[in-house]
Amino acid sequence: MAWNLSFAVTGRYHRSVLYSSVIHERFRRPRFRGELPDPDAQFEDVNPLCGDRVRMALTFGNGGIAQARFLGDSCAICTAAADILAEMVHGRAFSEAEKIGVSDLLSRLEADIRPSRIKCVTLPLQVLKGALGQVGSRT
Amino acid sequence: MSLALQTRPDFPILERRVNGRPLIYLDSAASSQKPRQVIEAVKLYYERSHANVHRSIHTLGEEATALLETARDSVKEFIGAEHREEIVFTRGTTDAINLVAQAVGRAFAPGDEVIVTEMEHHSNLIPWQILARDRSVKLKAVPIVAEGFLDLDAFDRLFTERTRLVALTHVSNVLGTINPVGKIVARCRRAGSLVLVDGAQAVPHLSVNVARLAPDFYVFSGHKMLGPTGIGVLYGRREVLEGLEPAWGGGEMIKEVWLDRAQWNELPWRFEPGTPPIAPAVGLGAAVEYLGKLGMERVLAHEQELTRLCLDRLGALEEVTLYGPRNPEIKGAVVAFNVKGWHPHDGAALLDQDGIAVRAGHHCAMPLMRKLGIVGTLRASFSVFNTPEEIEVLARSVANLKFQL
Ligand SMILES: Cc1ncc(COP(=O)(O)O)c(C=O)c1O
Repeated sequence: MAWNLSFAVTGRYHRSVLYSSVIHERFRRPRFRGELPDPDAQFEDVNPLCGDRVRMALTFGNGGIAQARFLGDSCAICTAAADILAEMVHGRAFSEAEKIGVSDLLSRLEADIRPSRIKCVTLPLQVLKGALGQVGSRT
Repeated sequence: MSLALQTRPDFPILERRVNGRPLIYLDSAASSQKPRQVIEAVKLYYERSHANVHRSIHTLGEEATALLETARDSVKEFIGAEHREEIVFTRGTTDAINLVAQAVGRAFAPGDEVIVTEMEHHSNLIPWQILARDRSVKLKAVPIVAEGFLDLDAFDRLFTERTRLVALTHVSNVLGTINPVGKIVARCRRAGSLVLVDGAQAVPHLSVNVARLAPDFYVFSGHKMLGPTGIGVLYGRREVLEGLEPAWGGGEMIKEVWLDRAQWNELPWRFEPGTPPIAPAVGLGAAVEYLGKLGMERVLAHEQELTRLCLDRLGALEEVTLYGPRNPEIKGAVVAFNVKGWHPHDGAALLDQDGIAVRAGHHCAMPLMRKLGIVGTLRASFSVFNTPEEIEVLARSVANLKFQL
């Protein structure tokens, strides 16, 4: 049978917008993705629902976080959340970074995240808390 | 008439629209939808005959007992078991495997070996890990090779005189591979090892005959074969079950009880402590009647056609990677795939916008994902009610993913 596939790829078609433009933008062009050589703290965790893994690395200085970077093989929501979170804590005092909650992250993502995907947002936050928990390594 | 056209009116859920589109349900491998016949049987049971089973003398109790035991007979017929004592009702595949691990594991000694495979669902891996930890049993895994076949030479090498049990899946829930269980069962039986076959993805799709296959244990779930949740089956060969101590205790599984001891009940009730999932069992009975009437040969042919079409269509897309055997004749009704640049969850969320339900993630097979070097996949799986048109819509939506984000 000769299956005709041309109909399938005739062009852009319209769907309701699924993710916010912030998520699109951050997923396609993350600003804080990468390695930090010699981090003062790093933490990694996994989303049991999908197996996504996120690592957050921090360097400390002046009683706060000097730099933050994340690495992860993760979905758009999770990647965007990690990227925004890294931006939010970059150059911040520990006390401020520790106060960041899910709702702060959600409002920055400008997205209505369905319950089945909320873990994609909380995973980076959990990883950050894990890294911040490495108090002993603070300089 | 095609099987899909014949069966679609039986599935009320197919009238639903999702995100403004007609529902295209391609996630039956995770859990299938239910035909009216099953829903009605459960409803009728609750409306007319519900009571506790076995211990009740009154009319309803007798009716409920008869319905439960009739369901057992239907299941026995459906999988070609020789004796009704061989059909133990459980809560599902997972429950059945844990039951076997508990019951047989008790007799295992440190250094004994259990063999699994790299393509097992976590439910056929973790119970053996727990046993391995508790009893210092050694756990080994048969590797997979090529498109996702078991390495049978490796299996031979792994098998030793300490091998007490081999646990493997009949059909992989990710790759779709239909394993040569006949050969493996024969090999185990010859060598005196027990063998458990996980039929969760096989019974809904293939014609399974346990008497011919003759494994020691064969397990499956009702909810993946048009039946209700909360019910599964442990088929155990009678000689094996007879020699086995119960895994768990409670009411119903005993004949006579003293304060310090008890005498076990007959098979199969010895392995069914407590009030069983009566309504789900009645529903499962209706499900196997339904499948039996359609005929499993016809079901298989239909689902193979859909699998073939899906492999063709998705395989023709440059950005798609397919996993598992490419030949639908040796494959269950599942097609796992990834789309370049797309995380499976984002892909699934976008397909959902088109009303298409597919599974995304690791499919409870993390070791297999690791072996494949991926986090997860998308997975389309098929049932009796799916149509070729639905596969076309899937392929079109997948092709359109590249215009998104
Ligand atoms: C091959 C296989 N084994 C076991 C299971 C577990 O079945 P259940 O969750 O019904 O116990 C599944 C389903 O998820 C499966 O696909």
